[in-house]
Amino acid sequence: MMRFLLLFSRQGKLRLQKWFMAFSDRDKKKIIRDVTQMVLVRPPKSCNFLQWRDLKIVYRRYASLYFCCGLEQGDNELLTLELLHRYVELLDQYFGNVCELDIIFNFEKAYFILDEFIIGGEVQETSKASVAKSMEEADSLQETMEEYLNKPTY
Amino acid sequence: MALKIVKGSIDRMFDKNLQDLVRGIRNHKEDEAKYISTCIDEIKQELKQDNIAVKANAVCKLTYLQMLGYDVSWAAFNIVEVMSSSKFTYKRIGYLAASQCFHEGTDVIMLTTNQIRKDLSSPNQYDTGVALTGLSCFVTPDLARDLANDIMTLMSHTKPYIRKKAVLIMYKVFLKYPESLRPAFPRLKEKLEDPDPGVQSAAVNVICELARRNPKNYLSLAPLFFKLMTSSTNNWVLIKIIKLFGALTPLEPRLGKKLIEPLTNLIHSTSAMSLLYECVNTVIAVLISLSSGMPNHSASIQLCVQKLRILIEDSDQNLKYLGLLAMSKILKTHPKSVQSHKDLILQCLDDKDESIRLRALDLLYGMVSKKNLMEIVKKLMLHVDKAEGTTYRDELLTKIIDICSQSNFQYITNFEWYISILVELTRLEGTRHGHLIASQMLDVAIRVKAIRGFAVAQMATLLDNAHLLTGNTQRNGICEVLYAAAWICGEFSEHLEDPMQTLEAMLRPKVATLPGHIQAVYVQNAAKLFATVLRKHDGETESQAAQETSQLLIDRLPLFVQSANLEVQERASCILQLVKYIQKLQQKNVEVAEEVTALFAGELNPVAPKAQKKVPIPEGLDLDAWINEPPSGSESEDEKPKAVFAKEEPKHSRSRHTEVDEKELARRREVRKQEQASNPFYIKASPSSQKVYDAPGVEHIPVVQIDLSVPLKVPGMPMSDQYLKLEEERRQKEKAERKKKEKKKKREKRGKERKADSGPESEEDITPAHQVDIVTEEMPENALPSDDDDKDPNDPHKALDIDLDKYVPHCRHLQFIHVLHIVMCRNEFFSKTEIYDFRRIQKKMLCSIETRLNQLSWFPVQKSSKHKKKKQKKEKEEKEKKKKKRHHHHHQHHGDAGGEDSVQNGTVEEEEPLPVSQSHSVSLKREVKVYDIQGNHQDESKVVVSVIFENKSDSFLKAMEFNVLDSLNSKLQRPEGAGAHDSLTVPFQLPPGVSNEARFVFSVQSIVMPQKLKGTLTFIVKSDESSTHEKLDFKLHFTCTSYLITTPCYSDAYAKLLESGDLKGSSLRLEGINMPFHHLLARICFHHHFSVVERIDSCASMYSRSIQGHHVCLLVKTSDQTVSIDAKCDEPSLLGNVLDEIKQTFSKC
Repeated sequence: MMRFLLLFSRQGKLRLQKWFMAFSDRDKKKIIRDVTQMVLVRPPKSCNFLQWRDLKIVYRRYASLYFCCGLEQGDNELLTLELLHRYVELLDQYFGNVCELDIIFNFEKAYFILDEFIIGGEVQETSKASVAKSMEEADSLQETMEEYLNKPTY
Repeated sequence: MALKIVKGSIDRMFDKNLQDLVRGIRNHKEDEAKYISTCIDEIKQELKQDNIAVKANAVCKLTYLQMLGYDVSWAAFNIVEVMSSSKFTYKRIGYLAASQCFHEGTDVIMLTTNQIRKDLSSPNQYDTGVALTGLSCFVTPDLARDLANDIMTLMSHTKPYIRKKAVLIMYKVFLKYPESLRPAFPRLKEKLEDPDPGVQSAAVNVICELARRNPKNYLSLAPLFFKLMTSSTNNWVLIKIIKLFGALTPLEPRLGKKLIEPLTNLIHSTSAMSLLYECVNTVIAVLISLSSGMPNHSASIQLCVQKLRILIEDSDQNLKYLGLLAMSKILKTHPKSVQSHKDLILQCLDDKDESIRLRALDLLYGMVSKKNLMEIVKKLMLHVDKAEGTTYRDELLTKIIDICSQSNFQYITNFEWYISILVELTRLEGTRHGHLIASQMLDVAIRVKAIRGFAVAQMATLLDNAHLLTGNTQRNGICEVLYAAAWICGEFSEHLEDPMQTLEAMLRPKVATLPGHIQAVYVQNAAKLFATVLRKHDGETESQAAQETSQLLIDRLPLFVQSANLEVQERASCILQLVKYIQKLQQKNVEVAEEVTALFAGELNPVAPKAQKKVPIPEGLDLDAWINEPPSGSESEDEKPKAVFAKEEPKHSRSRHTEVDEKELARRREVRKQEQASNPFYIKASPSSQKVYDAPGVEHIPVVQIDLSVPLKVPGMPMSDQYLKLEEERRQKEKAERKKKEKKKKREKRGKERKADSGPESEEDITPAHQVDIVTEEMPENALPSDDDDKDPNDPHKALDIDLDKYVPHCRHLQFIHVLHIVMCRNEFFSKTEIYDFRRIQKKMLCSIETRLNQLSWFPVQKSSKHKKKKQKKEKEEKEKKKKKRHHHHHQHHGDAGGEDSVQNGTVEEEEPLPVSQSHSVSLKREVKVYDIQGNHQDESKVVVSVIFENKSDSFLKAMEFNVLDSLNSKLQRPEGAGAHDSLTVPFQLPPGVSNEARFVFSVQSIVMPQKLKGTLTFIVKSDESSTHEKLDFKLHFTCTSYLITTPCYSDAYAKLLESGDLKGSSLRLEGINMPFHHLLARICFHHHFSVVERIDSCASMYSRSIQGHHVCLLVKTSDQTVSIDAKCDEPSLLGNVLDEIKQTFSKC
């Protein structure tokens, strides 16, 4: 089971954090600090896995963003890499050529997509089409909010 | 109203939305904190408004700020408000915020239960969806308990979108509320065959996770999963299934055999690396589980190792990493196949990537042998010198120590070399592992006697050498080494060449900069050295040197007396006074050396790390029991069961236990004497602990005395290298000698087969350089080896370790069913087997029973095991046959851990319903049977007792015969023609881990007195090697209460009955009962099978009827902690006994 998913920039700025288990705020901060530090100092072309305490850390860099997961011991690292990739594809599909700014300004959408894809640390939907469909339907219910927020402009 | 809306929308125009906030933060890079604090103020204003849209906007911004690391817990209530909005727009924001901010400690979660329940049952699937998603993040035990049923219902929702979410969330619910696993499991199983592949894969995911906690429950699903595996093409699902099989195979080797083929096929065919990797992992797991059984699976191992080699050689660093990781799993069981790839692994040590180097290091651990240890460590030492970054260097350091110290220093042939390696490691600066080196030094010096002289010399140099003292001692963990150095020099000071010099080094002013605990050791060992110096100069007429030493101490110690550390201060002042006194004596020319030496006489023996834990708790010692009667004021409902047990327990156990203790003590004394006689210096490990340290060849490594006493100092070469050279030379020499000998032999036995002596040196050929006498660590006598040590009591998944096949009484019957446990231990298994805490079994059972009670509104219990179904059926039949049925309950347990005489088996404690056992009966899992006896009392004179036999041992039990010693009153009903003392054959056999139920009919004549029947169960224990006859004694206890049947009675009939005058009265007063009246009544009903006829305020009438038709009426009144019971019955002695039993029930709570 995945314990958490973090997205952070090359500068170590957190862009998204999802905790699939309840952690206290202190633990969260500690994990974020330790894991980002560990990942950011990794030289390029080294492997994407790290051991941190009892967790396996799997990370991958897409453009300026690091996608980083904490796994339990029995989990499959390669599968997780594929999972991260699928998430990036989903973001790409939703935002259309996604970039870091999309995630910064629409961070709640990034969360909603993630929620449709992974729940409680387990994959719930592997089909890109189904995720897109449920996102679309849920968004259409949210039209009023969209009006209120006046569509993102940046 | 309209105005308000307009006003609201105008307000909103000035609000910042999320985008504004983000942009603002980006524009205020230099004063971000200040900008955000103004934003938070604005948000606080917004939250105060009534408009939900404004609130939702504010909460959305807060969620963003939370991600940036700001505390937003103060807004928890506002988040709940937004969550409860009826509009999906806001609800979605609210749940998102909640899932990001809430955790178990958030108190407002309590308020959300009903809202979440409402959302879960919403007709809009997206409402349900967000609620489920949110729940997956912040579910608490309370929420899990309250909502488990709702989520379970959603598992059968019409929309697959909801079903798959519900299935996945169930796993979270199980974690928080493990009791829900049992009822939910059948439905979860159903979902494995859901028409929607998403739901199916969700169910696979959940079961895979569950199976990793307690695989046993899911073994029955193996065929289904096998089918899924061979039919599925979805790699996501396939990986999970294969992973699941990896968890199942250790339990069922046959499954493994079946899996090998499809898995190897997959390995050959798949192009997906993740799948390949999972397959290899599972094949490894299968092979590990088979390794004992099947010899011809080397092909599969070869395949795995080959595939892994390909992965390791791949240019993709990820595959390299995983290859090494998987290799280390093979290493544990098949070290030989991995060792042949040593070259590859050593190569990985030079990889650029630290993660890969670390993995390669892990593998090295298993690759060392006596032959290559020095070489490998040398290589690692080079890495230590080169390594950048302290983490990797620390890792290397720990690995070096791990590798060398593994299995009791098994691979070390030359301890002088090892000590020099340790000394070299002390040159590492900034390491955190000083204490590790220190403990190794201590360990070696204490346990390897022959090395002490050398070690002391090295340690003296360390103490003399100032480099460890320099630098910041706070951060520099290496100074810990001085702790060991000082202690070794002090304790084994007789080996010191110049104790005076060392003493001087230990009392330098700079020592005062060391951490307190090290200084304390310095001071203490300075005293030891002082004693040594005195002894050296003992008998000299001009004891100038001795007096100088005293003076040195008197000069230097005051520095330590002023220490801020109390420990240092205390020791220093103590020793200072001592030395002053000695100085006085010296001046009077009194011989003091002997007395001072006597202060430190005797040798300290190493004690095993777990020794304290393993000291067996003396029988009869129950730390949870009350010593005095508990004050009645503090009683509470839930404490009651404990007390019930505690009070009755001692009656049976004490006398027996003391007897055992005396015998045991005598035996121990004897053993100790013998040991001391045979070895004046060491108390060797007791027999039971020897097993723990039973590493062959360690205790007495063959002795070859080669003189290497003074190591040559080769300039420009680190010490350990010399040893490497010397060792090689030594081996060469030995080899040459051996060759000579062999040649001689050959010459002698000319004509016989010629041996090839050019082959590689085998492991056995290498003889250690020293006479190594490794002292095993001391363990307490009678220590109990156990596997429990490694279990983490805080593991969140531990609770999921529920045995779904285990019998749990049906909830509706629960109030009647009582359970009898007889737990048996057999002495001969004592040393071999694991301790099994009896209390744990009972608590577990009680938990499940209590839960059942709480869950009466839930669905019926699902019976999952075969014999359970059988039992249910039996019960049904029984019901049809007999109109009145009654389960009677005894809670008994029996423990016998000591003594050779099996007669002691006969004592069985029994107590009232639902107790928590406090007795300290330690029993053994291997040979424990738990019996559930449910007395079925019906008819005038017949009683049916159902007994559940459970075989907890590893052996097969057969030919079980059940026998009870009949009393005049109660008789076991035997088939016609059988003698009065014949046993009844139990109509089944018990494989390990299986339970089954048998019923026995008793005839009872008089029911007015309680009865105890002694019984014996004989059986044959069949193990691989042998089969033995065993017997287990037990007692059946029929209380008078047990002859009563809960019978409803109407108040008019009750009045008539009382008026009739046939009944004789009796009464009972209970003082100090501090419980609500309805609890009191419930307790009488529950424990004594009464029913309430009428209740008015604090007064109630109750009724029950015996199996022989006696009426028992009670009038219970309460006032001020005093309960008076007026009772009437047509049989006075029955009534007396029932009242006694009631009294007992309440006196125990």
